[in-house]
This record gives sequence, C-alpha cells and structure tokens, in this order.
Amino acid sequence: MSELDLRELNNTEFPIPADMQGNVAITSLSKLYNWSRRSSLWPMLFGLACCAIEMIATAAARYDFSRFGMEVMRASPRQSDLMIVSGTVTKKMVVPIVRLYNQMPEPKYVLAMGACASGGGPFKEGYNVVSGIDKYLPVDVYVPGCPPTPQALIYGMIALQKKIDGQSLANMDDVPWYGVGPAEPAPVPILGPDIIDPRQMDLIRRQAEMAAAGKTFAIRNLPEPIKVEKAAPKAAAAKAAVAATDDPAKAERLRKREEALARKRAAQGQNAPAAEPAGEAPTPAQAAPVAEAAPAEQGGKPKFDKEAMMAKIRAKKANKG
Amino acid sequence: MTDNAVVEQTDTNAAIAVLKEKFPDAIQDDTREGYQGIIVDKNKLVEVATAIRDELGFDYLSSATGVDYLGIGDHLEMVYHAYSTNGGPALVFKAQTPRDNAEIPSLIDVWPGADFQEREAWDLMGIRFSGHPNLKRILLWEGFNGHPLRKDWKEAYYEQDHKPFDSRWPGGHVYRAEERNVYGKNVAYPDDLDLSTLNDVSEESIYSGMGLGVSVQNLGNSEHLQTDRLIVNMGPHHPSTHGVFRMVVSLNGETIESLEPVMGYLHRNHEKIGERNTFLHNMPFTDRLDYISSMGNNHGYALAVEQLLSQGARWTPPTYRAEAIRVLMVELTRIVNHLWAIGFLLNDLGAFFTPALYAIAERERILDFFEATAGSRMMCNYMRFGGVFKDIPERIKSVANLVNDMVRDFNTMDYLTELINERLPRAVDELDQFLTDSEIIKTRTVGVGYLPPEMAIAYSAAGPLLRASGVPYDVRRADPYSIYPELDFDVAVRYNGDIYDRYLIRLDEIRESIRILKQILPRLERTHGENVFGPKQHTPRVPLGEAYGRVENPKGELGYYVVSAGDEKGPQNPWRYHVRAPSFINLTALGEMCKGHKVADVVAILGSIDIVLGETDR
Repeated sequence: MSELDLRELNNTEFPIPADMQGNVAITSLSKLYNWSRRSSLWPMLFGLACCAIEMIATAAARYDFSRFGMEVMRASPRQSDLMIVSGTVTKKMVVPIVRLYNQMPEPKYVLAMGACASGGGPFKEGYNVVSGIDKYLPVDVYVPGCPPTPQALIYGMIALQKKIDGQSLANMDDVPWYGVGPAEPAPVPILGPDIIDPRQMDLIRRQAEMAAAGKTFAIRNLPEPIKVEKAAPKAAAAKAAVAATDDPAKAERLRKREEALARKRAAQGQNAPAAEPAGEAPTPAQAAPVAEAAPAEQGGKPKFDKEAMMAKIRAKKANKG
Repeated sequence: MTDNAVVEQTDTNAAIAVLKEKFPDAIQDDTREGYQGIIVDKNKLVEVATAIRDELGFDYLSSATGVDYLGIGDHLEMVYHAYSTNGGPALVFKAQTPRDNAEIPSLIDVWPGADFQEREAWDLMGIRFSGHPNLKRILLWEGFNGHPLRKDWKEAYYEQDHKPFDSRWPGGHVYRAEERNVYGKNVAYPDDLDLSTLNDVSEESIYSGMGLGVSVQNLGNSEHLQTDRLIVNMGPHHPSTHGVFRMVVSLNGETIESLEPVMGYLHRNHEKIGERNTFLHNMPFTDRLDYISSMGNNHGYALAVEQLLSQGARWTPPTYRAEAIRVLMVELTRIVNHLWAIGFLLNDLGAFFTPALYAIAERERILDFFEATAGSRMMCNYMRFGGVFKDIPERIKSVANLVNDMVRDFNTMDYLTELINERLPRAVDELDQFLTDSEIIKTRTVGVGYLPPEMAIAYSAAGPLLRASGVPYDVRRADPYSIYPELDFDVAVRYNGDIYDRYLIRLDEIRESIRILKQILPRLERTHGENVFGPKQHTPRVPLGEAYGRVENPKGELGYYVVSAGDEKGPQNPWRYHVRAPSFINLTALGEMCKGHKVADVVAILGSIDIVLGETDR
C-alpha cells in the first residue's frame, strides 16, 4: 500500500448509507497510522562528512525531498524520527552519535548513508574509524555510494517508507515502542586507550586477564595469506579434458599424466595417510568409464546441434505461415 | 577591490648565507638526496626562527609538520616551511630529535600559527614541544594509546606496510577485516589495560584547557564555581558548526571570555592511510579532504608529486591543454565553494536556508559538468601526475535533470560558455543585490570578528581570511604554478578584516574566477584535440626526496608535504604524506577573533572563516 485513496476506502464490506458516502472512510488503524508516519519522516539535521553535502543538495531546490514528506529537518533529536548517518563515523564521534540516538523518541529509524556509515568505506582501515555505524546502532536502510547521489538518498528514504508501510499495529514486534516499560538505551561507548564497547566488557576483561597471566592472547589476529586449494580443480579439469577430447593421442597423453599424478598423490598419502581423503584421487580405471559414459548417458548438457536447431526454427516459421 | 602590490621577492640562497654567517654552529645544509633547506640545531631553533622572521622577511609560517625517519637515521624531524608575504619560494628549515623522549622547542612565541600544528605533531607523532602552553592532544582524545603516525605504531586492522596488499593482488582474496579481529571491530587494546581504573578522561582535559581550574566532577558543585561564568558546549552536533566541530565557550553573561576549539570528530586518518597507499592511491583520498572543492585538492597533490617526478628521468610535464583544463576545473570549484560559503554564512546569521537555496542553485550546473567529465558530482578524482585522466566530453548528458523523462543533452563548449558568460555572473549579481546592502547583514557583520593584518600573518591565516584583513597574498600570484602567470586577474583584497569584508571578498573572488574562466574558454577551443595525459604511469616510481606542493584553494593555501624515501630504486609509496589544511590552521585565530563578542556572533565568525571538517580533521 502506498497511496491512501479515499474512494478505495469506501469500497468495503460494511454498508455505508448513501447520504454518508464521501463523508466516511473506513480503513484499518494500522494503515492510517503508518500512512501518517511514513508521510512525515522528520530527519535529524545532522551532518558528519562529505555525504552531508549531498544530503543538503537533496534537500535543496533541484531534488527537493520535501515532495515525499521528509523536509522538516530537526536540529533536536527529540523531534526527529530518522537519523541519517551521513558520513564517516569516527571513534571520537560515535559517542555523541549513540547519545543522540538514545535521545530520539520512538519510533526511530537509522539510515546509513554512504560507504563509510555502512561499513567504513575508504577509510575503514584507519585507527580512528568505526567500520560502520551498525557496530553500535541498529540500521534500517543502507544507501551505498561515496557519496550517494541525491537520487540514491531519496531512493533509500522511500525504501524506509515501504518498510514502515509493512509494519502492523497487531504485531508487537513491529511496534515495540508500545511495550511495557522504557526501552533499553543503546550502550554508550567509552573512550579509553581505544574505544570500548560496554557490551564487550567481559571479552575485553578476559583478554586482559589472559595477557596478565602471560598467555599469548589473540588481541590482534594479524592476517595470514589465504592459501588457495588448487589441486582439486586441476584434477577435475584434467578429468574433463579426458572426457572431452576426441583425439586418441591427446587422450592417451592426458591419461598418462593423470596416472602419474595419482601415483604421486598415493606416495604423498603414504607419508601422511590422514591428510588425504581416499576418494580424492581417482585411478585411471575409475576415470575411464566415466569418460566413456559421460557424453552418452549422464551427459548433463547435450552438445549444441546447430542443424537440428535450424530445422526446428524453420518448422516453426512454416507453421506460422 | 584589488591591490597591485609591489612584489619584492626574497632570495632563499642569500637568506641561508646570511643565516649561516649569523649562526655558524647551529646550521648545516640538508644534503640528503632530493632534500632542500637547512637543518637547525634544535637548541638554537627559537633564535634562528626569530631571525628568519624578523631579519630575513620570511614572516609567514606555512606549514610545520613532523616526519618519523625510523630505519633511515632513526630520528624524528620537524619540517617548517616559511614564506614571505611579499611572495617567492620557501625557506625550509628542519630540527631533529631522537625518537625516545622526543622534544623540540616550541615556535609558538615566534609564530602563534604554529599552535595547532605543534599540537597535531604531539598528538600523532609524539614530539613534545617545550614552551607550548597548551600541549594537549588535538585530533585524538586524551588517553589514547600511542602516537599513530610513528612508523612502528600499527592500527587494529593493520595488514601490511604498503599497498597493494598481498592478499588482494594478484589473487584478489579479500576477507573482512572484522573477521580477523577478536572483537569484531576496529579496536586493539594495550597489553597492560586495566579496566578497574578505567575512566574517561577525554572530556576533563578539554575543560581544564579553559584555564578555569575546575574539573568536570566539580562542575555541578556550587562551592567550586563562585562566579557567573558559564561554560557552553557548541557541537559536535550543532546545526551551524559546518559539520562535527565543537567549541567550548566560557561566557560572562552573553559575552565570550574564551573559546577553545575541539576537533578530531572527523579525524579519519588521512596521513596514516596515505603512507600505506601508493602515490596514485592517494588521489581519490584527497577528494575527501575539502569535499566541496575536490578538484583543487587534486591539483595540489598532483603538483607536489610532480615536483618529485620532475627530478626523475622519465617525466613529461602536463600538456598545455591539461593545464588549461586544470585551471578551468579549479576555478569552477572556487565558485562552487564560495557560493556555498556565502549561502551558509547567511544560514549562520539566521536566514535559515532560503539564501542558501539561491546560492547553491548554480552549483548544480557546475556539478553536472563535473559529472559528465569525471564521472562523479563531488568526488571527482580527476587529476593525474602529468595531466588529467580524461579530456572534457563533447556533450554533456544531464541525467539528473530530467525534463518530461528526457535526458537533457548539451554541447559542452556551449554549455560552458553560457555558464561562464551568463549564468554565473547573473547568480553573483543576484546575491550581491540581495545581500550586500541588507541592513540586517550589515548590522550583524560590520566590525564583528575583527582580525588585524599583523595577527592574520602571525596566525598563519590563509585565503579569504588573510586577504580580507588587507594582506594581498595569493599563492596563484605569490608563488605561481600552472598557467596562472599568463592569465590576467587581480588578487582580491579587502581591508577591514571583519565578517562583512570576508563576505565581500568571496564575491570579489567569484568575479575574478569568472574573469579567469573567460580567458580559459578560447584556450580550450585552441587546444582542442591535444593530449591531456602524457605518461601512462599508473604506479610511478617516484625519485627520492621531499616536495611541498601548494595551491590557492578556495579555503586558503592548501599544501602537501610529500616525502619519498626508503626504497633506493624509487618507492611507490610516500614515506610521509602531510596535508597543510587551510581550514585547520585558520581556526587557530578563532579564539582571538571571538573574544569580547556575543555568543550569537561565534556562529557567524565561524561561518565567515569557512571551514570544512574533512580538511580540518583529515
């Protein structure tokens, strides 16, 4: 549902007297409630970095997001529904951001604008950069781009409107702000030697204890080069080559190579029997029947036959004519 | 209003000879390959600096920054670039200190403009400046572990010293850095972390900088505050701080007694990342410094690296067309920036967003041109070492501005001609007509935020802020680069040094830029078809040495200090990559300018400096 059409609303199962038609509209409370919320999304006037400039451009005359009911930028978090995190979130800045989020009244939404707010962006490796605001706050919509164009931001905000449309008053998970008691505030991080997330206090303490006990603790897992297993694809490729080739001399050559590889693997297997799974190295005896059977039975994709296809097309054309 | 100052340039070599005569023991030439200037004995640094300023006429400290030569001499070095406001090349002088207990005398008494730069060097490099009255961390917070720009300091997501990382190239096996970290975040704690005594001291030090002698804990206690003074925090979330800037203001009634800028809320580690990147990698990062004028940032960085590259054998300088396109782009950027600055100055004065809407209307036309040329509206990443990466297109297809679902299609030269000859002059005249004689604007701005010329020079103010105080210093004329010497334009100067003059000078500069652009158009026609990017060197081997490239960016003098060291064959990565950010250094004078004014004026004074936080915090 995106439009609230009053004429539509009058087409209900409830009989409306003729003299009251046009004066009474019947709808569900959820629809009306969502319609009013989605049509007056008030973003917080809150710019962080480069993306804020595009956010202002979105609000300016050319793109003009007030067409969608989003124009009332509020400087106070108490009056805003939507936090547009428009730019790089640094460790120093995430503390005020979380405080601002906690000051916003429910229902509240977060839109991560741009690469930095979504995941750190180009500055991700920086020592003072938080790799995405979602490490600290729940994010509803991510808008990619560096910076996103105004069109992209409007698209993101319309996506948020659609999300609101889908919420129902009947489902308590959709509207937790009507629950009992105050909502749990997002924990505000602390600026220590590095930024400290209160939710990770236990983990940090455990690591610190391990360090005090003199144990090597993986406070910083230095990356190791990732090793790519190349053996398996090679074997498969060789098998496929044996299967595909028509030239008997070539097939013989490939078969011999396959045999040699299998012997080598077997020798390695004797040295370290646990490391190699038995089924991985197919013997030539196993490989050969597969090679014969493959085109005929299992075949998978039959070979493209141009003649047959042309005949089919011609027949079709003839039928039409 | 313009000023044809008689330029009397100072000869650097003669100046060094004079210095050597005066301080025979304290000075020696910097003989390292590709380096320039002198190395000063740090114990004599203040005397030498005073002589440089007073006797030799190098009265303007452009840049002061530290370099960590770990493995190449194992010392820390402070590099100072002093210029004469009459124009001419730099006098570069350096002071060295061992890495342990690094200490260098502060030059804050000679040039107050060294204040923030020295605090930054302490924060990031760990050089202690004896005699600095307020040596606190400036970009990071008090209590942060270590000094990150030291070469042996590794960040949490550290992977390798230099890009391209082995994991990405040539295999391309990327993993998410979070997965390799125990905490799943960009954090690393020191081994001796003691959580029991952990308290957040980052705020306390800010207030102690006010000279009030109160701690945060006692602020609410009436026994300790027996005065009417009030501390007000403006920012980092404040609609008129132009981003995430924060000012801690001490008020007596509504009058400002002192103001302490607090920054670093957008410190995204440009320089550390820049040292890991290859030289070319840094080009898109420069876009994000002053994100309103990315073309100007590109130009400065290209100039710095080209200075180094020109020492090497395989180097062809940019073609004439490439230079003309660069000037075209930079001057358009200047117009964008000044329109933006004027619009948002009015915002700060309380005319909420209506003037800004008028001011940035023409900006969209310029951005359309940028998008058609470079592929992006704001982050253009357009210039390369030895030219620009692409010629301007034949036609501009304005996708964003659909009319009846039709993409608008223009001939580029017609589009530019109309823009430069008609639309932009009209937009400036419109602003001029609406704003210049406005009673409200005059009342709010005339005489407010006065910065006298001597102070502007001493505080290393740059750009419109300096020129509105009556100092006709413009890098395009004082230390010319590109094709500016052959272009006919005046250096805009105003003499009252208040907000009103800073507004007027921006109008003047837009008009001068339009004048330059009108001269660029026939040059573009003439050079049509010429190559714009000579050497296709995507990862250039840069000869050893240092370079300081500076341009007159819209916000002021933007400088890049680049050191190429380490690899004998010519490294691919800068050893040091420092940005002399005009927004950052212009803020040094903010406290002085605000003293005695009302709290509402602070916002306007800040708006008239025209800062952008991406550049302030880097």
